[in-house]
Amino acid sequence: MTMVKAKTFDTFLGPLSRSNPITTQVLGICSALAVTVKMDTALVMTGALVFVLVGSNTIVAALRDLIPSRVRIIVMLTIIATLVIVIDELLKAYVYDISKQLSIFVGLIITNCIVLGRAEAFALKNSVPASALDGLGNALGYGLILVLVAAARELFGSGTLLGFQIIPDFLYAENGGWYVNNGLMILAPGAFIILGLLIWLQRTINGYTEE
Amino acid sequence: MEALSHYLSLAVETIFIQNILLAYFLGMCSFLAISKKVETSIGLGLAVIFVNGITVPANWMIKNYLLQKGALVWTGIAGMEQVDLSFLTFIVFIATIAAMVQLVEMTLDRVSPTLYQSLGIFLPLIAVNCAILGSSLFMVERDYDLMEAAVFGTSAGIGFFLAIVTLATMRYKLKYSNIPKGLRGLGIAMLLTGLISMAYMSFSGINL
Repeated sequence: MTMVKAKTFDTFLGPLSRSNPITTQVLGICSALAVTVKMDTALVMTGALVFVLVGSNTIVAALRDLIPSRVRIIVMLTIIATLVIVIDELLKAYVYDISKQLSIFVGLIITNCIVLGRAEAFALKNSVPASALDGLGNALGYGLILVLVAAARELFGSGTLLGFQIIPDFLYAENGGWYVNNGLMILAPGAFIILGLLIWLQRTINGYTEE
Repeated sequence: MEALSHYLSLAVETIFIQNILLAYFLGMCSFLAISKKVETSIGLGLAVIFVNGITVPANWMIKNYLLQKGALVWTGIAGMEQVDLSFLTFIVFIATIAAMVQLVEMTLDRVSPTLYQSLGIFLPLIAVNCAILGSSLFMVERDYDLMEAAVFGTSAGIGFFLAIVTLATMRYKLKYSNIPKGLRGLGIAMLLTGLISMAYMSFSGINL
């Protein structure tokens, strides 16, 4: 019993650090960089991915004995695309502004390698509850990196977090202080560099090296 | 002449200033996985140019003659001008891309076996490359016409080709350098991409 519990625990917690989808498995990097200029878009994106990944893992696991292996990719893509359409319409209905900022990146969840990767590597071989948990763990592990990158970029790039001013006004150069926002952070190179440094940090902590 | 310079400036803008990979981060997964070797990067880059140049105009036709609101009027059936199928965009696009990749693969195998051999395993992988789906979605968002869609698709592919070959050559040179342990592999590749991206930003001064 304890064995089973330990394994379940690992399914969920592993992706949060040791086998993190972004920093270790190298999956889903595109969207991780594009939606991290501000924290709110990163959080909405994480929510969308939790929905799609848990949904697709559950459905694929439930159908795993029925899907013929020769056409499995197209079946999985159809399931994923359907879930993405649902979440896209929901976002357009309830948080229209953020959905406009996310622009094409919600649609790109379809080709986000995390979703297809987990369906292929885990959900096709495991039970429904375990797959749902694996989906949740991986989506949250992805979200964690997203939020960290977004926090760094928003703090250094605009001096705010979730839209609230963090760096006090009097420090800014235009008010007689010395501080200037780092404009590079908002641009594309800032995202690459922050993520590179984050990967370095995480791998140093975990002692993981790639040859 | 007017039209030609319009397409030329669209191409230059897509390749250099709004590079699909370095400015919009599309296709990062295969970019990082494949760029370890120069030859394979050239193969993947060519395959992306080829497939993107075909799928973006193909998806343009599907959007304008099937999915858009009122697009089905040409069928002549009454009441069609009210039908709006645009919520199906994602699923239809990804199906088109998968089908197109298959079609290109079969045609190439028949027409030019040498090219087919050299693109090898990269063609099927392209179906799930976000650069391809992303270009089609950008085409919808920016409202291009058919010719613009074709130019945009091809030049987005060329942009991807340039970026991946640049990174591959840099990683080749890095093979014998002494990189801190945790930074090896993915970490240093990300930092390098950041630097390449910064270099490409200097193109944004070009005014066409």
